[in-house]
Amino acid sequence: MWSCVGKRFQRLNQRHYALICKAPCVQQLCSSSSEFTDSCYNGLYPGHIPTTPIQKALLAVGSGVAALQDPYRHDMVAVLGETTGHLALINLRDRMRNDPEGYTILIERPRIRLSTLDLSKMASLPDGSFGREYLRFLEDNHVTPDTRADVKFVDDEELAYVMQRYREVHDLLHTLLGMPTNMLGEVAVKWFEAAQTGLPMCALGAVLGPLRLNARRLQSLFTSLGPWALQNGRRARCVLSVFYERRWEQSLEDLREELNIKPPPVIVAASNKRST
Amino acid sequence: MAASMRLLVKRVIRLSHGNFNATAAGVSGRSGCCWGTTSCCCFSDDRSTHFGFETVPEAEKAKRVYKVFENVAQKYDIMNDAMSLGIHRLWKDSLLHVMNPQPGAQLLDVAGGTGDIAFRFLEYVRSQQERQRRRSARSMQTPSWQDISNNYSTEDEERPQESRAVVCDINKEMLKVGKQKGDSMGISAGLSWVVGDAEELPFDDDQFDIYTIAFGIRNVTHIDQALQEALRILKPGGRFLCLEFSKVTNPVLARLYDAYSFQMIPVLGEVIAGDWKSYQYLVESIHKFPDQEAFKHMIEDAGFYCVQYYNFTGGVVAIHSGFKL
Repeated sequence: MWSCVGKRFQRLNQRHYALICKAPCVQQLCSSSSEFTDSCYNGLYPGHIPTTPIQKALLAVGSGVAALQDPYRHDMVAVLGETTGHLALINLRDRMRNDPEGYTILIERPRIRLSTLDLSKMASLPDGSFGREYLRFLEDNHVTPDTRADVKFVDDEELAYVMQRYREVHDLLHTLLGMPTNMLGEVAVKWFEAAQTGLPMCALGAVLGPLRLNARRLQSLFTSLGPWALQNGRRARCVLSVFYERRWEQSLEDLREELNIKPPPVIVAASNKRST
Repeated sequence: MAASMRLLVKRVIRLSHGNFNATAAGVSGRSGCCWGTTSCCCFSDDRSTHFGFETVPEAEKAKRVYKVFENVAQKYDIMNDAMSLGIHRLWKDSLLHVMNPQPGAQLLDVAGGTGDIAFRFLEYVRSQQERQRRRSARSMQTPSWQDISNNYSTEDEERPQESRAVVCDINKEMLKVGKQKGDSMGISAGLSWVVGDAEELPFDDDQFDIYTIAFGIRNVTHIDQALQEALRILKPGGRFLCLEFSKVTNPVLARLYDAYSFQMIPVLGEVIAGDWKSYQYLVESIHKFPDQEAFKHMIEDAGFYCVQYYNFTGGVVAIHSGFKL
């Protein structure tokens, strides 16, 4: 009697066990199943969707077309980045591993979210410090770090983290480079990122972004901002290898020098409306 | 009290994954009865069903299906066109041709969501009415005085019953989208939108001439209950029609179809609607649905007569039809 009961229990458990083995997030499974988030259903990390090479290719093409048609579809830009960035991510991960601070980041896996930032403390920092300037950037441009989509289609858990880190560091890059979130500022940051990371999505954005700029901004981009961004991108230290969360008190100038980034040649004003 | 006890035991079971050997005896001892069998009264709601390829408790399935359709409602029609390359319109047209409704028919479209079948029904019935009117006008080209006076007297008395279409869906978002579509198309006469569960319809017995369910029955948790409800609300002589994905008969086409549905459709879902998982569920639920013969037997078991099915596009979809006698 006990053996048959045990066997049924075992079968039931094996189903659950298989689920747990696949995704190391027992916490979510144990919580109320009425809000069963299927992020732990299948995959290497929460939110992972395993895909075949054909599906990746289709996704890359589809998301590319969708992103070109509507550049405000950030989720499509994200998917494009994930499906095309495999080699670049491996490169980035190796660079991070070779750098002591980058290695720490890969081990500790910090996430930049409103919940992990101590905003009041950052607001109390002196002007010119990295934390204060970052906060100012967030306020001036009305953005928050919580709008980054989660990585879904990268089939390696460490590379997925590198991709996620890249997305979350994007805003910090804006601060470091002194670029606002209007079209010109975004294109400048994309040029920097393309030179730094080699991600195909950045390169695509760098090439196609200028198509939406007016003549005056285009001129500014090609004569001063563009070359500056490219040069700095090539020379700078790997920006993903910097543990920003521990450097809020550091002065911005200091940090720029450490990373080998020259301040922008032109002050680009943050405008409230999205202008081209 | 019993419900909370069940919840507590469920949580205990989940928490005991790590050391199931130790607790196996403990939990089964606590429950007393044969814990493993699903017919045990204590665990009656732990009966599980399929949600795509996943196995979930029955109580969960309805909730998850609701969530899926809530997410996809806005892009539902666009996605249908993209996934089937527009062929779903032909399938729905075929359903209307098989149905061949006459003016005055009362239709209940369950899981009707965005209203495709109901709109087609009203159009069809309208064109049938036009045809009838034209036919009677043509045959009455040379009326006698007697005929003309007869016509005048009967005109006011005999008003044929207007056809009516009721769209019933459990999901409010889908109905909202459908209503907007109806308003923009200018179709509102003879159309109503009702929130209801296919397993428990909010209508009296013997109300409708035709019951349709297009691409909805595979999402129902208890298909047999839905079929019984269909039987209940139909008038004697009423017809049950179901348009649903089915098994492809040709093996080569079946391979191609599988490859297309599993590779392409979730990608389309991600690119167009930004929702991979819902369309993954859709493809998996198609595969879990019984084939033409099995579903025919289910309909017969519910009490319908003269059950037939018609395959379309090589068996990709099938229309099942049955009568209540």
